[in-house]
Amino acid sequence: MIPNRIKTEGLKKEDLKIVPDIERRQFLKMGLLITGVFAGGSILSATSIVNKAFASVREFAEKYPYKPHYSMVVHQDRCIDCELCMTACVKTNNVPTYGYRTKILERDDPKAADRKREFIPVLCNQCNTPPCVLGCPTKATYKNHSNGIVMMESKKCIGCKTCMAACPYNARYFNEEIGAVDKCDFCFSSRLSKGEKLTACAEACPAKVRIFGDLSDTASDVYNTVHNLEKTVWVLRAEAGAKPNVFYTKG
Amino acid sequence: MAENATKTAEATAIAGGWAGVRIGVLQALHGTKGYYAALIISGMLFLAAVAAGLHAKYIGTMHAYGASREVPWGILISTYVFFVVTSTGLCLVSSIGHVFGVKDFMPIAKRSVFLSIMTIVAGFFVIAFEIENPFRMAIYNVISPNLTSNIWWMGTLYGAYLFFMAVEFTFLVLNKPRIATAMGFMGVVSGIAAHSNLGAVFGMLHGREFWYGPYMPIYFIASAMMSGAATIIFFTWLAYKTNGERMDATMMRALNVTTKVGILLICTILFFTAWKFIAGFVGGEAKSAALELLLTGSYAFNFWVLEMALGMVIPLALFVLSRGQNLKLIAAASAMMIFGIFFMRYDLVIVGQLVPVYYELGVNDYAQLLSYAPSAHEIVIVLGGLAFVGLTFLLGEKIFSGHKSEIH
Repeated sequence: MIPNRIKTEGLKKEDLKIVPDIERRQFLKMGLLITGVFAGGSILSATSIVNKAFASVREFAEKYPYKPHYSMVVHQDRCIDCELCMTACVKTNNVPTYGYRTKILERDDPKAADRKREFIPVLCNQCNTPPCVLGCPTKATYKNHSNGIVMMESKKCIGCKTCMAACPYNARYFNEEIGAVDKCDFCFSSRLSKGEKLTACAEACPAKVRIFGDLSDTASDVYNTVHNLEKTVWVLRAEAGAKPNVFYTKG
Repeated sequence: MAENATKTAEATAIAGGWAGVRIGVLQALHGTKGYYAALIISGMLFLAAVAAGLHAKYIGTMHAYGASREVPWGILISTYVFFVVTSTGLCLVSSIGHVFGVKDFMPIAKRSVFLSIMTIVAGFFVIAFEIENPFRMAIYNVISPNLTSNIWWMGTLYGAYLFFMAVEFTFLVLNKPRIATAMGFMGVVSGIAAHSNLGAVFGMLHGREFWYGPYMPIYFIASAMMSGAATIIFFTWLAYKTNGERMDATMMRALNVTTKVGILLICTILFFTAWKFIAGFVGGEAKSAALELLLTGSYAFNFWVLEMALGMVIPLALFVLSRGQNLKLIAAASAMMIFGIFFMRYDLVIVGQLVPVYYELGVNDYAQLLSYAPSAHEIVIVLGGLAFVGLTFLLGEKIFSGHKSEIH
């Protein structure tokens, strides 16, 4: 119950300057609680008591189910909608013109004090409990056991589109050329499997919006952003219960 | 001696059963002009659907169908749901008589079983054109099953269901009621399991608030009984019209009790629907938006006129007014129900997808609700599915001589 309430607050009261200091501090702690819940799936119990969980960082990290546990942190306020990420994605992964693996959403707030518009990059959240994988009748889409990426084995796809209906993030489309549903795989087949360290979108971004890395590595940027007490980190559509691995923050 | 006599009697009955079918085939060649016209029209519609489906596959379903990335399931899915709900309902209603032994329901049983087979085949026919790679399905459903997938369970259990129903019907024709009853029972079990899984296909999508929850499997089973009652009433009436016969007292009694089942189930579904709305408005913004589409939005006509008035309220009134005796009222009510229920399935499948997944995020891209309209290809395939049921019903009446063999 608590995470849901906090999540809503996190979305609507983003300007933390107006919150008194003590409350702000508590809020941030609660923010971490949410992060813990959605980060690793199995780390729920470890983060249910924030102080205890952070008493031992190593123990915390070991609860991540995958190694590497690929993850992305999106610094939402840095995005300027240049769409270089989208172009790089299309080029790298041969995405057809009618489909997309990543997109930038726009949100307007006419009453905002400074910027009136913000941009929210979205992509497959590589969820820990992915509704698409749950629903696929033939295991054509599956959770990779070593790195946690939600992948496709196209030859098994019957084209029932249950995964498309199931996805809480609209991350899937039917690729007519390969006759199967297609999606973001964190550039695994096009880049990571060939030794590259970043996804095409993360590499192409001139504003360092997309930070990609291994959440189980305590030295990684993603780990240190997600586990930073001074940061508010959230996920999209937490209520869907899919435990996504794409996190959002500002600053 | 007694054993021999029984065997001889059985052999005679089996021979009689097949002889009846042979005579039926010959009878099918003798019909009125209206009968022929109906056969030809439904046959042509069915062929047109095959052509439309193949053409859609050839040019790509993305171009041929109205579905999209955001609304991936269209009228073919809802029509599939319509057919399999009807089939399961026919199986359940017929089982009251010949599986669970309530004599009053016996006269409608054989036609119900026949129609339940034809409606599920029609469902498979329609969905074959929706599924992009049905051939892969045949292979990977077997060698790469995902046991957490409700689609997998539904497909597999409906396969078993079709088998049991087909065997049951065969033994009904052969006058072997014991095996038929056993198969009927297996059909009921697999039908309920399959059908609740179909509900769960929607109910277990935890990213889709309109469907998510245990409501759907329960609603689907109750709704199936409602469809089944309406369908068997309508087709029994139509059969007697087609064959130009008067109903005897036992058949009238069977329709009378089926009407009561209809009344009970309409009330049940009205109750379910009321609570879905009352509970739904306490939920999130996205769910309320979907419900508002039905109550006051672009689906209000579908909901109030087709689903509520034609599908339930008017038939309920007509069933009550008929007192289970006035055939014209009963037939009109059941026809309206079938028509209304078709749109009930349509609204359920489509409206569940019209609220964008990012709706509550407040982004410009998804500030509006989505839309879907069936394409010409999809409509022809749907009509072809309906025509298939019509065609096989007409042929079945003649071939199996009005499905009259008594079950004891």
